[in-house]
Amino acid sequence: MQPTSLAFQSKASSALADPNLQAALGGIKTGWQRGRILAAERLPEFEQLRDQARDIKNHALANLDFYLEAFEARVLDAGGQVHWARDAAEARRIVQEICEGAGARTVTKSKSMIAEEIGLNDHLEAAGITPVETDLGEYIIQLRKEPPSHLVGPAVHLTKDQVADLFEQTHGLPRTDDPTELVGQARTVLRQKYLAADVGITGANFLIAETGSAITVTNEGNAELTQGLPKVHVVIASLEKVIPSMEDAFTLLRVLARSATGQEFSAYTTVMTGPKRKGDLDGPEQFHVVLLDNGRTGMIGSKFQDMLRCIRCGACMNNCPVYLAAGGHAYGWVYVGPMGSVLTPQFVGIESAHTLPNASTFCGRCEEVCPVRIPLPNLMRHWREEQFKRQLVPSTVRQGLGTWGFLARRPALYRLATRVAMGVLGRLGRKRGRFASLPLAKGWTVSRDLPAPEGKTFMQQWRQRQRSRS
Amino acid sequence: MNSAESSPRPGPRVGLFVTCLVDLFRPSVGFAAVKLLEDAGCTVEVPEAQTCCGQPAFNSGDRATTEALVRGLIDAFEGYDYVVAPSGSCAGMLRTHVPDLFEDDPATAARGREFAGRCHELVSFLVDVLGVRAVPAQLERHATYHDSCAGLRELKIKRQPRLLLEGVAGLAVTEMQEPEVCCGFGGTFCVKYPQVSTKMVNNKAADIEGTGADLLLAGDLGCLMNMAGRLARRGSAVEVRHVAEVLAGELDAPPIGRPADA
Repeated sequence: MQPTSLAFQSKASSALADPNLQAALGGIKTGWQRGRILAAERLPEFEQLRDQARDIKNHALANLDFYLEAFEARVLDAGGQVHWARDAAEARRIVQEICEGAGARTVTKSKSMIAEEIGLNDHLEAAGITPVETDLGEYIIQLRKEPPSHLVGPAVHLTKDQVADLFEQTHGLPRTDDPTELVGQARTVLRQKYLAADVGITGANFLIAETGSAITVTNEGNAELTQGLPKVHVVIASLEKVIPSMEDAFTLLRVLARSATGQEFSAYTTVMTGPKRKGDLDGPEQFHVVLLDNGRTGMIGSKFQDMLRCIRCGACMNNCPVYLAAGGHAYGWVYVGPMGSVLTPQFVGIESAHTLPNASTFCGRCEEVCPVRIPLPNLMRHWREEQFKRQLVPSTVRQGLGTWGFLARRPALYRLATRVAMGVLGRLGRKRGRFASLPLAKGWTVSRDLPAPEGKTFMQQWRQRQRSRS
Repeated sequence: MNSAESSPRPGPRVGLFVTCLVDLFRPSVGFAAVKLLEDAGCTVEVPEAQTCCGQPAFNSGDRATTEALVRGLIDAFEGYDYVVAPSGSCAGMLRTHVPDLFEDDPATAARGREFAGRCHELVSFLVDVLGVRAVPAQLERHATYHDSCAGLRELKIKRQPRLLLEGVAGLAVTEMQEPEVCCGFGGTFCVKYPQVSTKMVNNKAADIEGTGADLLLAGDLGCLMNMAGRLARRGSAVEVRHVAEVLAGELDAPPIGRPADA
């Protein structure tokens, strides 16, 4: 997917003018945002669990090589295969080869952000293999040829009516806007696809080093049908998904669903270990794990290492006032919201995404709700430093900042300049107490008045007061 | 200290960090802060060599300018028992971010950490450090209080202003639905992304108006100017003031963004 993150400003403006999108985004506040608060309140140890979750991920990252090798050994023991992919192109090629080896015409997929990251669907289609998304949200956006707008709810930007229109056009059935019927329609279509698929591709929420298992969570059970029905099952996951033990996984699962949707647990937690064993009634004949690096090992030991703790719950975006105004597509690539503002520059380069780490007031709510306590504002600030270092800041901003910095470092000169400026502004604004417009302040005055200064600065008045006292 | 014997106020010696917005736009907040601190027994001084906490540079990724400014502040506030600012945002910068600066200069980094430990936001300083539980202010108004983000999340300021406001005779306080949601100011954010910022401050203004309050209070001038500017543009009658003005009973200045009475 070509990043369009530099257009954040204009995309956000269109998003703000789109009543359907604003209605859909409003649902996040009353739904998942509220759900998380209630779920956290119901669990007295929630805050301690967050500490544990952070520590588990930190430990795994500090010993990533060890746990990855252990994971690989267990997968091989269970009769599966592990493929290491340095980058997106390598991962796409590996998946394509597995599919071609199975003679695949169609593959079913359960939701995978890594598949989005590497652009897998387009690649498979170009190779003559039809990918079918089985997660309801992914199914909807695949029909609309759109990228996901949210980690957990890829189609959260759409209203029920928009989905009803889409299904009417696609399924050729009479229009319905009853949610149960809409889900029923998708289910009917997808059941046939599961049975026809030659390969099933899933992502993984966690990879377990002690057992060689991959774990996914869904609310639709589609991951089980995707991995269990076709002859070949491919897990695509990034390196940092590996954690030591099943016990660790269940600690993380306890914060994952609560943070994401406010559920205590997702409806389905699927543990997938190796291919079908002798005596198993069902399961795939082949079990492949594609492990993607794509620059992640370079983040280890860097200022961005904390980001690798992310468990993709979406709480940061559900609670981000910028995301809730602009929607996911404004971010212009696969990952959105605060976590996307940190990850996207990592994957597509800061020169193609410097708008994103700036699309934050640093209000800190993302960090406040993050189940693994990622300091997202600090990480966005690190990207701003990178942007500044590489001279990617617009020259007007740079000059303005330079002039201000020059003055602010020289208190006597600063005093003089501000005394004059505030004196003038104070006189101009005295009558109304505020400005409806002011040269060079359009970004402010386009939608709000600028309160006028009192006229004399504090330092001026303080000096006078000290003189009169002595 | 020798001067303590002759001083009429033997309390802590506080260096007031005025903050650039208070210095330039609303000096009355600075004087309210001085009054609150002096009433609580502090000796207040205002070092000349202060300008800005460096946040505009820090949040724009300009580490060099940030560190130059902060170095100046560390020098300017050397020797004070406390450094107090009428802003959660500036105090948050000094208290929580300065310790991470000067990565390549261990000596200054150590001075920075010592300095940061002495820095406080005004209202939390009064309550948490000086143990103030009530102020002798009076105001017959209906107010609502906005939790500015940096104060709330970096400095855990939530209960302290409410505690003191509860003691203001005649003042009723009604909470917003979402007092902790950002107003959309965000320093340079509000001019970099004016449309998104407008959406945020508009939501905030609606929440404020929904309380029925006629006075909006908060502890940060940036947020206050943003909300006052939007409320005025909406034609709202809600008046806007810094919480220190009410607590100090210093209400001579007109509300933020309003003309002086002719």
